[in-house]
Amino acid sequence: MASVTLTVNGKQVTATVDPRTLLAQFLRENLHLTGTHVGCDTSQCGACVVHVNGRAVKSCTTLAVSCDGASVTTIEGIGTPDNLHPMQTAFRENHGLQCGFCTPGMIMSAIDIVNRKGNKLDEHTIREELEGNICRCTGYHNIVKAVAQGAAAMK
Amino acid sequence: MSAKTGVGAPVLRKEDFRFITGKGQYTDDINRQDQAYAYFLRSPHAHANIKKLDISAAQKAPGVLGVLTGDDLAADKIGGLICGWMIHNKDGSPMKAGAHPALAQGKVRYVGDHVAVVIADTYAQAKDAAEKIIVDYQVLPAVVDMNKAKSAGAIHDVAPDNVVYDWHLGDKAATDAAFSKAKHVTKIDLVNNRLIPNAMEPRAAIGDFDSGTGVYTLYTTSQNPHVARLVLSAFVGIAPEHKLRVIAPDVGGGFGSKIFIYAEETVCVWASKKVGRPVKWTADRTEAFLSDAHGRDHISHAELALDDKGKILGLRVKTKANLGAYLSTFSSCVPTYLYAPLLSGQYDIPAIYAEVEGIYTTTAPVDAYRGAGRPEATFLIERIIEKAARETGSDPAMFRRKNFIKSFPHQTPVIMAYDTGNYTASLDLALEMADYKNFAKRKKDSAKNGKLRGIGFSAYIEACGIAPSAAVGSLGAGVGLWESAEIRVNPVGTVEVLTGSHSHGQGHETTFAQLVADRLGIDIDSVAVVHGDTDKVQFGMGTYGSRSGAVGMSAIVKAVDKVIAKGKKVAAYALEAAEKDIQFKDGRFSVAGTDKSLAFGEVALQAYIAHKFNGQDLEPGLKEGAFYDPTNFTFPSGVHICEVEIDPDTGTTDIVKWTAVDDFGNVINPMIVEGQVHGGIAQGVGQALLEGAHYNADGQLVTASYMDYTMPRADDLPSFDVGMTNTPCTTNPLGIKGCGEAGAIAAPPAVINAITDAVGHEDVPMPATPYAVWQACQKGARKLAAE
Repeated sequence: MASVTLTVNGKQVTATVDPRTLLAQFLRENLHLTGTHVGCDTSQCGACVVHVNGRAVKSCTTLAVSCDGASVTTIEGIGTPDNLHPMQTAFRENHGLQCGFCTPGMIMSAIDIVNRKGNKLDEHTIREELEGNICRCTGYHNIVKAVAQGAAAMK
Repeated sequence: MSAKTGVGAPVLRKEDFRFITGKGQYTDDINRQDQAYAYFLRSPHAHANIKKLDISAAQKAPGVLGVLTGDDLAADKIGGLICGWMIHNKDGSPMKAGAHPALAQGKVRYVGDHVAVVIADTYAQAKDAAEKIIVDYQVLPAVVDMNKAKSAGAIHDVAPDNVVYDWHLGDKAATDAAFSKAKHVTKIDLVNNRLIPNAMEPRAAIGDFDSGTGVYTLYTTSQNPHVARLVLSAFVGIAPEHKLRVIAPDVGGGFGSKIFIYAEETVCVWASKKVGRPVKWTADRTEAFLSDAHGRDHISHAELALDDKGKILGLRVKTKANLGAYLSTFSSCVPTYLYAPLLSGQYDIPAIYAEVEGIYTTTAPVDAYRGAGRPEATFLIERIIEKAARETGSDPAMFRRKNFIKSFPHQTPVIMAYDTGNYTASLDLALEMADYKNFAKRKKDSAKNGKLRGIGFSAYIEACGIAPSAAVGSLGAGVGLWESAEIRVNPVGTVEVLTGSHSHGQGHETTFAQLVADRLGIDIDSVAVVHGDTDKVQFGMGTYGSRSGAVGMSAIVKAVDKVIAKGKKVAAYALEAAEKDIQFKDGRFSVAGTDKSLAFGEVALQAYIAHKFNGQDLEPGLKEGAFYDPTNFTFPSGVHICEVEIDPDTGTTDIVKWTAVDDFGNVINPMIVEGQVHGGIAQGVGQALLEGAHYNADGQLVTASYMDYTMPRADDLPSFDVGMTNTPCTTNPLGIKGCGEAGAIAAPPAVINAITDAVGHEDVPMPATPYAVWQACQKGARKLAAE
């Protein structure tokens, strides 16, 4: 067993875990933060994207112990139904989600895209940057619109 | 009623708040006190006898609570999984369905088949212990190629030649006669590629047996929890229905793959009593690839007979359909009654004859996937129509227009009676939106840049609103396909809508609330939609086949009408007027010709306090239920036009413009309907360009992860131009036709017709990967050089 200390959504947590515990597992099972989803286990679909020290990371293939000392932000940490993050608002206003399973990862990736690429994003850039997130419901049409609106609103 | 939230308004979704904030509750997000974890040992072989299964070491492994096998199922008299639709052969004899035990009983029939389950304190312990199970396999030949299946050795003893059924539909003699008069016959051979549905949420289940009450609860990723309960009770024999509760909470996409009752869910609920603890299982993605029911997988030959004016005289179709190693829940009807009755498309075809052989192979079961039979029919008819237009030198739009059905109702030669449609209207709008008249110029411009440009049409029809119970019963269905609804009005006038439909992305919590709020003249936030729990909703047939609008909402309005009728009785007492003088409009019950009125909520309160009437003459309370059984299928239709630009040096296909014009009849929420169209097109483009399940000759699935199976990603797709025409359905109270599958049905032939147009010949397979298209370009170049 190994000890790991993280700051998750602003709160410090320390736990003793099986060293093979993945970050996604730790968030979901130890902390009950079930907004982070596991869709593929191979870093392909992006449903598990969280921010580690401000950068988008696929938590399904990251060991929890490798994040010792890091600051982790999950979908639960960016906004609430009463106080939504602009990117969350944009996904809702543009019907950028259907079943909702990929949505937390999409939103976390989208915020990361804005952090890296700025607030003015064209369709081509958004589509290229969303390469690491799979959605089976929306055909991406409305997700692309949502990311553009969310990016502008994050200014 | 506010116009902003009424029927026809693009109301933002009520359910979004929990999904965008990570508060959705999917099955794997639920944890039961003291829950254990299941891991399934799966067959590494496509086809093998199990000579010996030694579980003793696994039973002793750390944390293990139980190792269960097919022998344990048999000892507990747990029945096999069923196929709920009986198909009859040409000679009238029944199809040959082999047994489908939830855990193997002496034989495995595909890679991923369930050999045993290990249940342990943790998932890692269960997985570790499974490695200690020793299985002595006697490997048998894999049966992968449908064309060789008949002589490959029996997968099930009941079907020695691996033919499940040899079925037909239509009039052979009339079709032969039509071909004998033909001036031109177009022939085509097509492979409809095998797909893997890939809802983003993998399947999951928690079985939870309460020894205090004797009630089993199954939390599961289901599109139809009541059907799951019915099958698990009446056929599998887990427990009677009143002792089995099935909950399908938030479900992360289905696309058909979560209709079916699978081995894992069955085992988890049964095993929870065996081990005395709740048992959870969540598929990893490779398990999903291996064991979710796959889709499509047809090999077809078709012939179209034309007269000298290019009018269609007849259609002949011969199809082999891969059903996989076991007959999944609705698998048998997909390549038969959901396929051949759609072969008339939008066209006036006097004679059609279709033959379908359903084939067992040592691959995962094949069942309904978005569209289910209708995409296969549309691909066939739209490819052969396009080819016929080209062979006769006709413009593909004109050729279609000439052969469209123009008067309704229209009886096709293959069962279906189309109630209404206006195919010319969709074509006209699509041609305009696609700027078809300037296509030739765009093609020239592309050629200047060394690119090949092509345009492809797909004029699709589908049969939705599945389906009139008596009709499907006469065709072999084991169930009726009505839907139920209950409207519970609370004393203060808020409303709960209980529906047998199930939402797994479709937005029912919004659209159903929109409909009920509109009808009752109350605020949309006063309406809650309840679904997905057999303890809350009495019964329902679930969501698939674009049926939730046409059938589910029709049941809702039927129940709403009953609520209004009861409300009028209550209002008559409360307003001291005759019931016949009470009118209901805009949320108020009023006495005709007076200014006396009560709001809906006031009448609800009167109904519950029952002070103004005698409870013996009129029952207190305000709650009504309804079952709605449709009188016909609905027939959504439309025209999609795909324009592609191909780089002949790399074979890369770029979709430069997508035009979709759909006729779904009346629309409740256009934002949600357009979203369904977008998603459907993406799946259809996925089939056409990217996706293909591939088993090698040994029966190993070589496309079993997202690193091998190409899912459409954002940069593979364009934005879509979506337009709509509206010819309301005449056979349901809302005039709704259904929109869930249209895109997936329409898209594949539009893409392939565009690519074949660009490369100048018909020899382009699906998926048209860059390599396949590059090869097609080489062949096209040789053809041009030869000319």
